[in-house]
Amino acid sequence: MKSLFLNTVKRGAVVGTVAVSAVALMLTGCGEAPPAPGAGGTENAAAANFLGCIVSDSGGFDDQSFNQSSYEGLQKAKADLGIKVKEAQSASTADFAPNLSQMASAGCNLTVTVGFLLAKATEEAAKANPDLHYAIIDDNTIKADNVKPVVYDTAQAAFMAGYAAAAVSKTGKVGTFGGINIPTVTIFMDGFAAGVKYFNEKQGKDVKLLGWDAATQQGSFANTFEIIQEGTKITNNLISEGADVVMPVAGPLGKGAGDAILAANSGGKDVKLVWVDSDGFLTAPTYKSILLTSVIKTMGAAVESVIKDDLNDKFDPTPYVGTLENEGVSLAPFHDLDSAVSADTKSQLEEIKKGIIDGSIKVGSKASEGLLAATP
Amino acid sequence: MSGVEMGSSGTAPDGQGAKPDAPNPAPPEAKSAKENNGTQLVREIMSGNAMISVLAVVVALAIGGILIAFTDARVTAAMGYFFSDPGATFRAMWAAVSEAYGALWRGATYDPNSRTWQGRLGIFETLTFATPLILSGLAVTLAFRVGLFNIGAKGQIIIGATFAGVVGFMIELPPGIHLIAVVVAGAIGGALWGGIAGFLKAKTGAHEVIVTIMLNYIAVSLVLYLLKNPLRDPSSSNPISPAMHETAMFPLLLGPNYRLHAGLIVAVLAVIGVSWLLNRSTLGFEYRAIGANPRAARTAGMLVSRGYITVMLISGALAGLAGVTQLAGTEKTLDADIAGSIGFDAITVALLGRSKPWGTFFAALLFGAFKAGGTSMAINADVSIDIVAVVQSLIVLFIAAPPLIRSMFRIKAVRHEGVTA
Repeated sequence: MKSLFLNTVKRGAVVGTVAVSAVALMLTGCGEAPPAPGAGGTENAAAANFLGCIVSDSGGFDDQSFNQSSYEGLQKAKADLGIKVKEAQSASTADFAPNLSQMASAGCNLTVTVGFLLAKATEEAAKANPDLHYAIIDDNTIKADNVKPVVYDTAQAAFMAGYAAAAVSKTGKVGTFGGINIPTVTIFMDGFAAGVKYFNEKQGKDVKLLGWDAATQQGSFANTFEIIQEGTKITNNLISEGADVVMPVAGPLGKGAGDAILAANSGGKDVKLVWVDSDGFLTAPTYKSILLTSVIKTMGAAVESVIKDDLNDKFDPTPYVGTLENEGVSLAPFHDLDSAVSADTKSQLEEIKKGIIDGSIKVGSKASEGLLAATP
Repeated sequence: MSGVEMGSSGTAPDGQGAKPDAPNPAPPEAKSAKENNGTQLVREIMSGNAMISVLAVVVALAIGGILIAFTDARVTAAMGYFFSDPGATFRAMWAAVSEAYGALWRGATYDPNSRTWQGRLGIFETLTFATPLILSGLAVTLAFRVGLFNIGAKGQIIIGATFAGVVGFMIELPPGIHLIAVVVAGAIGGALWGGIAGFLKAKTGAHEVIVTIMLNYIAVSLVLYLLKNPLRDPSSSNPISPAMHETAMFPLLLGPNYRLHAGLIVAVLAVIGVSWLLNRSTLGFEYRAIGANPRAARTAGMLVSRGYITVMLISGALAGLAGVTQLAGTEKTLDADIAGSIGFDAITVALLGRSKPWGTFFAALLFGAFKAGGTSMAINADVSIDIVAVVQSLIVLFIAAPPLIRSMFRIKAVRHEGVTA
């Protein structure tokens, strides 16, 4: 048995070496060897010693949504400020506590946790490590001196998107659906609904919203953030019910919605897509031709600014609330579909933006009340 | 010992008869009966010995190492000038792999560089992660021995945790009694969910693989529905339950600095219990007989359908207990993701443990170490935790394809199995 094992190891080693050299040769490494590494210049000693960390929720850092933009904020801070970073993806809720404990064990000065699901784990980690700082995205339930909540009143930007969608709709029906019926999702749908309603009041029209009832807080949900085909299915239903603008609020399922619209349009329909979280024109260029606009949460900038504050010893636990006013949320340009939106609508949107900022227009979202409330 | 011999050697003659002549895993006579095809496959996967498990892990780790080496930025950079300095490539490869696996090892055992005590003794994290895997692995193992593939550990964990949660956060009971009630409720919940599949298999012949997979989806949707309605924490707008009462939680074994909890004791007791059940009890004898050949067992006067139902009840109860250790051990609140990947990791654990209770125990420890070390590897060596998933999947591949491993390492298939359960 022993000799068998040794034999095994030897064979394995040979196979490994052969494989390695073969691949190396295939890659034809003919370049010059670099000079011996010198000492890398560090502009700022404090920044070089600052460890900024991030823990994702189960979406992962490539979700084209809030994990990704928060992660990009951290990477930008690394590039701009010269800090060190560490990152951990969570596959499920059971990973949150171990990931956070590893971050504390590595000595992260500031750990960004992405999503309300991490609230409990973040609170416990913050309690166990009072000398370390934490920032949590999309949650405002933790009250601790070393935790900074970062939340967004997304309904403000979604209101504008709803108005724009109602204005361009030819069928008089617009649609939306969510991933899961949770406040961070329904805040978009609430804002969208309020925008459509405002359009009807101001213009004397009767544009219908499919997929969400703000009064009962019920609507169409895929009950997943993972199965992209569910997005296609729901979008097909919305289109067959007559919607010609669709806003999916379901992370990667947005791609499924885009595919459904492209297919419908090649069959003679004229349906448009409203992207969420990031500017879809940049992050999902496949759907450029059908993309009306996007409801943007600029999470990257918020993450970077929290890190910068912490680096300059200016960390404070007052919540950051992203609004139209501080450009934490915004409506993306219409890009390729600019001509589809009339000049009147554009100027009305500017008025609405001013109105929301100065408080003369109330968006009134149930989700936003719950999400932004100061007490849990 | 005689009971053990019955279990393993009882399955061996069939395999011996088929293998020396041809690698074809299905002997011709098995094709005649539909029922035999499935059990034959299960038996094929169950057969083999601990050596194959060890080799599968070694080979999977080696391939994982190659992946780490070739995805490392330093290696890619060094390969750009491979012909002017080939040594640099190999040094970079060694650095990448040794850093990654070093961090994996330290994260799973002992890390002297950690800033916190929790981080320093990763071995306790390993045991914490292993606890639900032991229990759910046993669930799969036990069903395997009767010839059933219980793919439904996930659903049984979820329902078990839901039952445990209802008792744990909705009812107030004195300390001690409360925890016992939580454990019993979790076992009942899992048993019901597993029992559905067993009942359908016994009464209608519905294939347990299909039924258990479907029940997983139903369990997720059901718990999500409950979490949005009666079980939702009233102070939260998200689908999360309130926290368990302190009296309903497993006591921490090593104080508040470590997550290790008394659920581990439950898991070890379950290993001993299942080991006894399979090897010493009348019921276990029936199970192994049904697993070896259901028609022969029926001819011998055993109630095969009763065997299917009872084994799925016990299997489900074990998975339900895994849910309890998650909820009352580490998670404290119930959400739809309570099972995580445990339900499916359990299948790998059972395979790696050769469907033996103690084998499953050690396989679960290994997977617990992968989990604890994988986090450390991802954070400290900047290697994606997906590598761990790749290694785990490769382990399944190599075990589910024993002929491949046998031919790779020239192990003779004909061997008497004397491995104790």
